[in-house]
Amino acid sequence: MDLAPVLDGFAVVLEPTNLLYCLIGVVVGMLVGVLPGLGPAATIAILLPITIGIEPVTAIIMLAGIFYGAQYGGTITSVLLKLPGEASSVVTVFDGYAMARQGRAGTALGIAAIGSFAGGTISIVALSFLAPLVASFALDFGPPEYTALALLGILLVATVSSGSRLKAVVAAGVGLLLATVGRDGFTATERFTFGNLNLADGLDFVPIAMGLFGLGEILYNLEQRHNATQAPTTVANVWPSRQDLRQSSGAIGRGSVIGFFLGILPGGGATLSSLAAYAVEKRRSKTPERFGKGAVEGVAGPETANNAAATSSFIPLLTLGIPANATMAVIFGALLVVGVTPGPQLVTEEPELFWGVVNSMYIGNILLLIMSIPLVGLFVKILRVRPAILAPITVLITLIGVYTVNNSVFDIVLVIVFGVLGYLMKKAGFDPGPLLLAFVLGALLEDGLRRSLLIFDGDATGFFTRPISGTLLVVFLLVAVYPFVATLRNRRRQEQAQDTSDPNTKELV
Amino acid sequence: MSSARDGAHTPGSPGGRTAAGATPQGNVAPHPDDTAPAATDTPSTLHDLEDLAQEVEDDAEHRPPPAGPAANLVIAALVVALGAAAAVGALALGAGTARTPGPGLWPLLLGVLLVVLGLALAATARRTTDTEQFSRSSWLVLAGLATMLVFVALIGTIGFEIPAVLLAFVWLRFLGGESWRTSAIVSVAVVVAFYLVFVAALSVPVPHLF
Repeated sequence: MDLAPVLDGFAVVLEPTNLLYCLIGVVVGMLVGVLPGLGPAATIAILLPITIGIEPVTAIIMLAGIFYGAQYGGTITSVLLKLPGEASSVVTVFDGYAMARQGRAGTALGIAAIGSFAGGTISIVALSFLAPLVASFALDFGPPEYTALALLGILLVATVSSGSRLKAVVAAGVGLLLATVGRDGFTATERFTFGNLNLADGLDFVPIAMGLFGLGEILYNLEQRHNATQAPTTVANVWPSRQDLRQSSGAIGRGSVIGFFLGILPGGGATLSSLAAYAVEKRRSKTPERFGKGAVEGVAGPETANNAAATSSFIPLLTLGIPANATMAVIFGALLVVGVTPGPQLVTEEPELFWGVVNSMYIGNILLLIMSIPLVGLFVKILRVRPAILAPITVLITLIGVYTVNNSVFDIVLVIVFGVLGYLMKKAGFDPGPLLLAFVLGALLEDGLRRSLLIFDGDATGFFTRPISGTLLVVFLLVAVYPFVATLRNRRRQEQAQDTSDPNTKELV
Repeated sequence: MSSARDGAHTPGSPGGRTAAGATPQGNVAPHPDDTAPAATDTPSTLHDLEDLAQEVEDDAEHRPPPAGPAANLVIAALVVALGAAAAVGALALGAGTARTPGPGLWPLLLGVLLVVLGLALAATARRTTDTEQFSRSSWLVLAGLATMLVFVALIGTIGFEIPAVLLAFVWLRFLGGESWRTSAIVSVAVVVAFYLVFVAALSVPVPHLF
């Protein structure tokens, strides 16, 4: 591996301006991330406008800061308020909230910060070596391979998203449809623009992400009215004791490995890895009864794992240009906006940008560790501000922020439309994640499909005659068909169970 | 992991859990913290953990009771209608052939896919439990939407300051239940802060009155 671009990348990242932007990113990311109900995807979406108009490398570094800050913000609400910002910090609630109730919130947050740092860093080191290899492998990919890969990626994300799988696929379909709005790349025909000039260039990613995740979530919270769990006034002893550190060092090590490997998988890598890390810690522990009652390993393991996974999920994004989950879809869109096109060409053609992205993650991680410990007190204060006061501020940030991207009032209209759509989707049990992901991949998918058809001279079986696209499509079909098989098998098993068991159970069904 | 979720969506087990959320307590009654699932159970397998994680998530969000089959049918119908509209629009664009794909080919495929998926949704409408009812507090959302529409209608002509104060005030006083005094002070203070940051410090070209 050629080390020169890596080191050059570091020199760029360490410039004072870039460090400052990264610092701002971490702090702002944490500030918005602690708002109850706003997970990393929502936080990054809301903050997208502030990265626009900055130099690409600086903007990427700021994004990395926002990303890590937002992740940690979710941890803070899990521990202090029992409100996980996203699925991957749900397990943190078990022991984190228990610790907070014992007055050890500081220790929980401190160990989470240290674990996140360790997991993230180990993951980035592994990524630095693995990503160029994967990218060089993917350089030979043609349109058929990309078509198959994008299809598989969308399906996997839909499969492991929270809630109904059928609804997730519907959401993905709507996302693909939205991506067709605007001028067709091949024939320059205007599609679904209804004569509106604002739509001729297609729908912009930023208002969709900000509306679906940001505004939709705020509208939904307006209705739900979280019951006011009071955050503690002060959080002491953020730096964990030596005993706590000793107790959780094993958990941090194992969490890093679990997180890294599960994170590469598309879909719920971070969520799955935090669950797996918790289960492993509990299984290995000599005193499993402490888990759920404030065991420090129960915070360290999952928090390490979810950060390691969040980091390694950058591998498919940076090397294949395929985002592995909703948060990565937002990052993907953000990178496009700042002028970076993730994909196999990135490493070879624009190494300074590629290593800029990777190295900014090192810096973001370090700054997160440095900032989180002194700033925890500040965030606790923010948590004590009533949600009723924070909500209109977030709305105004969103509405004014989206305007500043293109100086367009039409974008404000779009963000409101997608905010309402996001709210209605949540009410109707549709996860907006697959929609955004499919929207982001829509152009790539259609382009790949049409090019492939031209290559194959209209013969769709051509996809199966090429080894890589054929394999990917077979996996696609297996993943698509598996749920039906599983449902049938479950139903049969249930019927058998009912036949043999007490007839009373039948009434329950 | 998906199979565990799937299990949770079959008619037997989850109905119980959702119903429990809608018991006399309703979704407004504060849950005593002692009922935190983590404190009572000690999960060990991934399956238990997933169920537990789902409970924590539901608990954190206080999801209202599920809507009935009628609502699910309406949703399914909307999906079918969207798919059909897309397919019709795509045909008008010209689908071409597989050998020479036209601009309408891909939207046509998507439209057909959505119609099929919508029909599948309709078929499972009776067993679907993840749709939420609209409640009285859904009006709050509509009111919030109205303030945003007023904001976007006015920003082009009179700048962002006055519409922003109005929006913040309505959200604070009527949607958030803050006192008149707090609402007035906070809404003005927030907009002044925005003005100082966006217009004075960063000179972002937001339409502004002053």
